[in-house]
Amino acid sequence: MSRPLALVALAAAVLASGCARTREELPPPPPQAAAPAPLPEAAAPPPSTAVGTTAIPGSMADFVAQAGSDRVFFGLDRYDLDAEAQATLDRQAAWLRRYPAVRATIEGHADERGTREYNLALGERRANAARNYLAAQGVAPSRMTVISYGKERPAVEGANEEAWAQNRRAVTVLVSGLAN
Amino acid sequence: MPRAALLRCLALVLALPATPAAAQLRVDITEGIAAPMPIAIPVFPTPAAVSTPAGDTATIGQAVAGIITANLAGSGLFRPIDRAALPRPTAAEILKPAFFAYRTLAAQALVSGFVTANPDGTLTVGCYLHDVFSEEELARQGFTVPVAGWRRAAHKCSDMVYTRLTGEAGYFDTRIVYVSETGPRTSRVKRLAIMDQDGANHRFLTGGQSIVLTPRFAPGQQTISYMSYEGNRPRVWLYALGSGRREAVGSFQSMTFAPAFTPDGRGLLFSVMASGNADIHMVDLASRASRRLTSASAIDTSPSMSPDGRRIVFESDRGGTQQLYVMNADGSGATRISFGEGRAASPAWSPRGDLIAFVRIRGGQFRIAVIRPDGTGERVLTDGWADENPTWSPNGRVILFTRTERGGRSTLRSVDLTGRNERAIPTPLEASDPSWSALLP
Repeated sequence: MSRPLALVALAAAVLASGCARTREELPPPPPQAAAPAPLPEAAAPPPSTAVGTTAIPGSMADFVAQAGSDRVFFGLDRYDLDAEAQATLDRQAAWLRRYPAVRATIEGHADERGTREYNLALGERRANAARNYLAAQGVAPSRMTVISYGKERPAVEGANEEAWAQNRRAVTVLVSGLAN
Repeated sequence: MPRAALLRCLALVLALPATPAAAQLRVDITEGIAAPMPIAIPVFPTPAAVSTPAGDTATIGQAVAGIITANLAGSGLFRPIDRAALPRPTAAEILKPAFFAYRTLAAQALVSGFVTANPDGTLTVGCYLHDVFSEEELARQGFTVPVAGWRRAAHKCSDMVYTRLTGEAGYFDTRIVYVSETGPRTSRVKRLAIMDQDGANHRFLTGGQSIVLTPRFAPGQQTISYMSYEGNRPRVWLYALGSGRREAVGSFQSMTFAPAFTPDGRGLLFSVMASGNADIHMVDLASRASRRLTSASAIDTSPSMSPDGRRIVFESDRGGTQQLYVMNADGSGATRISFGEGRAASPAWSPRGDLIAFVRIRGGQFRIAVIRPDGTGERVLTDGWADENPTWSPNGRVILFTRTERGGRSTLRSVDLTGRNERAIPTPLEASDPSWSALLP
């Protein structure tokens, strides 16, 4: 990042935060066309041209921007992390290491193509898989809790494979220690 | 004061001699019947129309006949004759029915009776069953109920008729607890609700602030167990119907789910999640001592105990996919009982002990099926896109379940063991996770 650009970003961050607190660290640039994974309902990463409006460092929007996504997706009736999910969690872990005061809840979800009780367990398995991976990347387990919603809270409506694929997910929700 | 305590049965006669002629009038419910039995249910007259908080006794008498008609028709075993075509007996005629008139309408059985208001403010509903051809009285009972509980007298009368003509216990004086659903699927509001078996006397038990799932009646029906996300801590709760008192069960650090009472009501089975592994535990409700019954590295869930209390059916993916297993009540001797193509889930042991209802998952469809506890005789009963959560009628002849249409509504439906009599159960909003009570006392 060139120096003038970095200053612009800093100024924007300070303005947006509404306070004069300076930050020693500037966020790395937004990912270049990162992770084309669908992002239903998630805060969209800022367009690559709008460097001046980059999210406040340490905020939820910053987390999503830096990690590429707050969620990872799973195959049908599976809870293993594929390469794309691991790459997303690698970036989430890097961000979480940078902001050690932030605590997270990993929400596990299933699509509607499973029975209610089994899906509660499957959702928890998915949340656990994400949590364990983040822990292995150096995020203290004590900062993370898991909760399963089974098939009770789909991200998107729709009874087709495209919708189900978006609903089989583990979402990293930052619950405290955020900048705002 | 519990209504049940006020409901008492009056023996109008001391003994009912069984006669050969009476024995012939019988509905066989095991084979599935070719033609439902034609049955006449005329309006129940009142000797004197008395005004009550539930309407005057003449109006109640009409409604009682309507409830019995709906119950018996809903069983699929009876074909009630259009009431408009039937005689309107006077109270005095109940003991001496105009059999000739019913014979000309081809009725085989006659259900008649009366409604009277008592000086203490209660109602008495007399209920009589006659064989139209032999002109014999097959059964009679009187039910004295508080005015507010008048519908129960009609259900008790229906149960008397069903029992006398099928030889099986009835299931009409029962209640259903279920999850009422509303709003978009991404942010559904779910509330516990309870209603009579026919949808009457509906009321909500929870306010919808937290997701609630899988309610189950205790055998005594005064308590419900369910799973709630209250406090963002998904776990199993108990709800006392009389007092409305609620409490979380156990002090597990992780999610608990899939509750089911033991048939004696003393224990509660449920799954405890730990590190991506679900095991079945049993809690003694008196001492609150808990015991882990399964230990496989798998999702062991949906436990359901046999009516004799000796075995537990549950689902597990320990073999790779969801399948049904039966184990002893102490957790020993788990044996897989479901085989064949697809997965098997959400088992529920019949109160009769002879069958296990479950969800057969195959070819993208979730359908209600039954199987014997030894794994033989599997039969699929429904053909929905997503049918699940089977629960038994107390006589083990009818199964209630949730049907979710593809991209559409969730509703409650019932199906009998023949699979031919499938019906919608009306609810005010969308509905799921039914649990059917035992017969009310």
